[in-house]
Order: sequence, then structure tokens, then C-alpha cells
Amino acid sequence: MAIQHLFHCTPIKAKMWLPPLVKAYALVVAFGPSFASADTYHLDISEQSVQLIGKAQQAVVANRGLPAPTLYWREGEQVNLQVTNHLQEQTSIHWHGIVLPYQMDGVPGISFDGIAPGQTFTYQFEVKQSGTYWYHGHSGMQEQQGLFGAIVIAPRHQHQTADRDYVVMLSDWPEADPHRTLARLKKQNDYYNFQKRTLGDFFADIGRLGFWETLSDRLAWGEMRMEPTDLADVTGATYRFLINGRTPDMQGRYLFKPGEKLRLRFINAAAMTHFDVRIPGLKMRVIAADGQPVAPVDVEEFRIAVAETYDVLVEPQTEQAYAIFAEAMDRSGYAHASLTPREDWLAPIPTKRPMTLLTMEDMGGGHGGHERHGQSGAEATHAIHGERLLPEKQEGQHTGHGEAAAVSGDNHAGHDAEPNVEQQVHSGHASSAPMDASEPSVPSHALLSYQQLKSEQPEHSLMGAPNREITLRLTGNMNRYIWSFDDIKYSDAEPVRVKLGERVRFHYVNETMMNHPIHIHGLWQYLENGNGMYNPKKHVINVKPGQTATVDVLADAEGEWAFHCHLLYHMDTGMFRKLIVEKAGYVLH
Amino acid sequence: MSSTDAILALLSLRSRLKPLLRGLGWLPLLFNAVHAQDDDMIFSHFKAERLEYEGNENLHLFKWDVQHWIGNDDHKLWLKTEGDYSADQDIFGRADLQMLYSRNIDTFWDFQIGARRAFEPERTFDAVIGFQGLAPYFIEVDSAMFISENGNVLGRLSLGYELLLTQRLILAPRVELNVAAEDIQYRGVKAGVTEFEAGLRLRYEIEREFAPYIGFDYVEEESLREHHHSLRAVMGVRLWY
Repeated sequence: MAIQHLFHCTPIKAKMWLPPLVKAYALVVAFGPSFASADTYHLDISEQSVQLIGKAQQAVVANRGLPAPTLYWREGEQVNLQVTNHLQEQTSIHWHGIVLPYQMDGVPGISFDGIAPGQTFTYQFEVKQSGTYWYHGHSGMQEQQGLFGAIVIAPRHQHQTADRDYVVMLSDWPEADPHRTLARLKKQNDYYNFQKRTLGDFFADIGRLGFWETLSDRLAWGEMRMEPTDLADVTGATYRFLINGRTPDMQGRYLFKPGEKLRLRFINAAAMTHFDVRIPGLKMRVIAADGQPVAPVDVEEFRIAVAETYDVLVEPQTEQAYAIFAEAMDRSGYAHASLTPREDWLAPIPTKRPMTLLTMEDMGGGHGGHERHGQSGAEATHAIHGERLLPEKQEGQHTGHGEAAAVSGDNHAGHDAEPNVEQQVHSGHASSAPMDASEPSVPSHALLSYQQLKSEQPEHSLMGAPNREITLRLTGNMNRYIWSFDDIKYSDAEPVRVKLGERVRFHYVNETMMNHPIHIHGLWQYLENGNGMYNPKKHVINVKPGQTATVDVLADAEGEWAFHCHLLYHMDTGMFRKLIVEKAGYVLH
Repeated sequence: MSSTDAILALLSLRSRLKPLLRGLGWLPLLFNAVHAQDDDMIFSHFKAERLEYEGNENLHLFKWDVQHWIGNDDHKLWLKTEGDYSADQDIFGRADLQMLYSRNIDTFWDFQIGARRAFEPERTFDAVIGFQGLAPYFIEVDSAMFISENGNVLGRLSLGYELLLTQRLILAPRVELNVAAEDIQYRGVKAGVTEFEAGLRLRYEIEREFAPYIGFDYVEEESLREHHHSLRAVMGVRLWY
């Protein structure tokens, strides 16, 4: 039977929290049967009052928990999930990152009709993978209202990697109804940005950079009508950041004994927030990305985009409490929990870091004409890409790039030379930027970069040329808060059609100033990061401002899939497509 | 003017405005977003950029400058009203209402077309064509050309900017220019710049939606009958939802 449990949203004693679950899970993993069986799981979706911001608010929850219960599955298992809707409105659950028949994918309007009030829908599919995933509502804004939970799938051939195994689920919780949040963004797109450049910053910059340089920087941004502090649309001005449903004040705790090896399964279930995660004093060994094993990488910090998952191993040796610290990318807030040998020991909150600024390079090197620039950038990077994607190390490419491009940097070139700043918003380009805010904010420790992700298993079909290449521009009108692909909103767009069995290479050209975590349902995206057939496979690819990411998609699952930016308000305002994988001679609608 | 006077004036303003407000009574129905297609929702935005007292030793005015739009990303219905009311004389100096269809024509720009009804000083009708949007360097632009029933052409351009002293304390300079293409005898309008207004307001955003302010306006008016200029202190509130 599945181990399910409840997280309460009101503060409860830590000992009620994780340990029993973990022990039980460890038992199952270590001693449980490894045969496939048909297990039935029940999820009841209802509305519930929660106390996360000091006053009661309504949340949409599964089995009365926020987050929803962690589902423990086994590879090869035939799962049977009965989801009952106790709300007044339609609901749905999407199994994020799970490869399954498209009718079971759970996106209303694409793969099924949604679950009407009072109705029960039974999801049935065979679990063909293992690792860390998650599930969430895909109706309205229920995901932002609390409808999300973790999925942990034990591999068919179990090998014990850790003494303890924890889910660390990050999320963002709004003060207002999410529809109201969207309405505010539509009326004033910088509503939640309380880190804008002030007159004081102007004088400080003059002191640092000189008058003319400061002025020309301000004019360049002014000409584009954009703000270099625009890292997140929705910020800590309204959000509380949670770990497993708990605010920092609620002091979540994970127990360990010194010398133990812990597996932490980080899941970013936030609607709008990228986090920078670190555990000061502990090295983290990244062993899986988006559920898939990768060659181990030791880091001190990693950025987790919305909807990504990373598994890390940590081995605390000393008897002390460590902070699991996840700062929102724009530094407007943080989530915090303690990794502690004793329940009454709490880790102090680490020093917060100042925010970074976007640079002109993030804008596609642009002066004026944002979109137009992005477009030319797209062509340039595309050209370079076509020829230079193979797994060579890229020092030469870096220089080549810098010169070739007053246009956008891209995801592949350039960064290896400066791995230390890779994860920072302004990446390796800061030094040439007019606004160099790098000194105080770029830490000198090891940050995970996409370049370091190397799949453990080779995928031989990645060799050779793809069957087809599709360039998809990530576009938007920040001023009016409209998001789109190729300047077309979902409601006006035709589906993207590919043939079953094709290998399609997508070039995601980010012409906006925001990060966009691009998610394809039901199919893997193999990130072209120079590792050839060891390119990592992911369900979410984060594309940085002004950059291009290239992925290969093996269209090996027939059906109609959702294809979108996983930032909730970007998806809802149009950055979304239907992707149809069809058999030859067989047309889906 | 004493505070009692001010309150009485406000009350009297309210009664004078009642007919106008009754006319707008259907608006609240539109304030809640209506779902259409997911990414094509209808929103509505009410914004009182200026609700203020403006005056000096000779002059006491209540002024308003209110806009409201409803629509989706591309198409909007836009209502604008502005005017002033003299508490001392119990008369409106100016009061008009514009109803415009607004079409998004570029990332930062809307094209607008519609009609203006002036209630004061005279009851007139004008056709309106204009552009509204955000110019480079974050300059808010609202421009319109008015064509009267008799074919007279008038123009209005207003430019605004915001300078952040802190995240909530904002200095907002503003310039408004009214022009006429030719003399219009019956309106007392003289060709050229009929009114020039330059002001500076310092507001504090208690909430984004609610910000009281203080400041001053320099106003120069030119008509066939008179020319005068004056400096006025202002205090008021900017609010939207």
C-alpha cells in the first residue's frame, strides 16, 4: 500500500512531521517487495482553510494536506489513482515528468475533460521510470492555491544510496487570490517589484562608475522601457516561501545522525519562483536531475527553476544544525528549514545576499527594439549552433561568441570558462556590462551549471542529425503582461505537429528579459549541452533571458501534449502550445 | 479657506456630481474580471490619477483626472473624465467625459478613437483621435486631437514621468499642453497654446493602489478674453483598482 501522510499547515511538533514517514519509506525501500503490483491511491480534492500568513485563507488541497501527500510508487507498478473532486469548480491532476498514455496526463482541454465537481476520475498507467517527480493541479490556478505534492518512484533494481531519504518541496504562497495577482499584473506589470532603481542608486552608481557611464546605462534601460531589477514578476512582496508547506517561521526540521548519508529530493513546486539553494557548511552531491540519474557533481549551490527536481546527497559529519536555505532568485525572500541532529536545535538563517541586476547582454545585447534584436540574435545563435553543437570544450567558442554576438548569448557557449558565475542571473557576461553588480553577489563557490549535467545512461538515438528542427521564440509584452510563443498566444495558435518516432530539435530562443522554464508533457527533452548521447534528459529546461537553449525531443509517445512555460502566469496568459505527436496517416485534432 | 468650507465644498461638489455619477452607475458591474478564453480574459482598470485640491490665495479648485478601461489585451473601451470645480464660486471651470475605443497597435501603444462630451464651460461634442502609451525613457503619453462639430481642431498632450526616491516615495513631474488650431470665437479660444500646465507631485504609495500626494502646479492660460498664469499648491490622492 502506498504510504500517505498528512502535512498540517498549522505549526505542529516536528517529531510528528517527517521521521515516521521516512522510517516507513526506508523500510519499504530496503525490505519491501520489489514486484510490480496494482496499487490504488485515493486523492480527495477539497478546499481548506490554512494559516500561512497570519490569517486564515482558503487553499485547494489533496487529502487535506498542503503539500498534498507524497506518493511512493515502484517502477513497473500499475498505478490506479482515484481523484475525487469535492470543489465547486473543475479540477485536474497532472503527473509532472511522468511518461504515460496522454489520456492520463491530466490537462483539461488537451488530454481529457477535467474532473467535474462531485466526480471521480481514475488515472491508470504503468510506471515506467524511477526517481523524484511531482504532481499538481492543472485547472485554473489551483496549483498556486496549494494543490501539489511529491512523487518518489523506487527503481526496479534497488540499490541503497542513502541512510535517509527526504523530500524537500519548495513553493511560493501568495497573500491574495491568484486571479487578483494576475489582474494586478495586467494593470501594472511591476506591481510586485519593490527593488526598482531609485534616485539613491543613481548617485551611488555615479560614485562607482562615473556620471556618463551611469547615465548611458539608465538611458539604455529607459529606451527599452525595462528595469534591470525585473527578475521575477511576482515576488516576496506578496509571497511567503515554503519548504514542505512551512514558512521559515514554522521551522521545518529534517533529522539526521552525524556520519549518515542523506538523500534530499528537491522539488520546485512554486508557481513563479526560481530558488537558489544552498546548505552552508555542507557540500551537496547532485545525483539526479528531473528524476534522472546524472554523473555526480559536487556543488555548494544550485539554482532550481520552477518545476525542476534535483536529488542531492549530503553527509553531515558534525553534531550541528544546518540550514536548508532557498533564496528566491530575486532575493525578495527565502525558504528555510533545519537539517538537525536534535529536534530542538534550529539552524540560524544565513546571511542574505544582495540581488543581482540584469545586464544589457541579458537583453540580447540590445539597445532599443527588444523584439527585433532578439530575432536577429536568434538567427545568429542558430547559425552558430547548427555547426557547433558537438561535445567540444569551448574556450575558443567563447571568444568566438563574444565577438559574433552583440546578440544573445546562448546556453552552450561561453559559460564553461566561468563556471563560478554560471548560475548567476547575469552569467559570465557581467564584466563587460555597463551595470556591473557582480562584486557583492557572485559567490566564490561551486555552482551547478547545466553544462555539468551528464546522463548516466547513454541515449544512442541522439547521435546523427535530427529529423527536424523547430525554432520556437519565447516572446512577451512585459508592459501589458502578455506572454506567447512566436508572438502568438495559445488561444490564437495552431498546435505544433510532429510525427511519431521523429527526433525533433527545438531551439528555444528567449527574446524576453525573464527566465522561462519550458516544460513538455509526456516526452523528454534532451538538453544539448555538449555531452552527446550523454546529454541529460529533463522535463523542464530553463531558458535564461536573452539566451537560446537547444533540446532534442524523441517523439516516442503518441497523443496530444501540453507544451508550455511553467511559470503559472506566463502559461495562463498565452505561453502555451498543444504538441501533437501523430502516427503516419493518422490525424489527431 | 477654512476646513469647514472645504468640507462644505466637497459636499456640494458631490451633489453637483451626482447626475454624472448616476450616469456611470453601471460601471461597477464591469469591475470584476470576466473569463473568456483562458489567455484572453477581460480585465478592467479604474484609475484616478488625480483627485486633488489645488489653490493659492485667490483660487480654490477641486480637480479630477480619472480614467477607466475595460477589455482584453487588444481591444478596450476607455472612459476618461477630467475637470475642475471652484468651491468659492460653486461652478465648474471645466468638465468633460470621453468615451473611446482603444486598440493595441504596438507593444507600448494604443490607438484611440471616440467622442468627447464637454459639460462645462459649454456643452459641446467633439470627435477624438489619440494615442496613449509609454514612450522610451518611461514617459507616459496621453495625446488626443479633438474635432468639434464646426470643424475646429484642438489638441491635448500630457506627459508624465516617475522618479523613485524610495520604493514608495515617488516624485512625479507632469506637463500638459492644450492647443487650438485657430481662434474659436464662441468658445473664447485663441489659436496656439491655450493652456500650459507643469506640475510636480510627491506621492507616497501606502499601497500601490492608494497614494496620497502633495505638490504644485504652474498654470498658464491664454484665451481671447484674458491671459493669466498662476502657481498653485496641490494635495490629493492617486488611487486605482
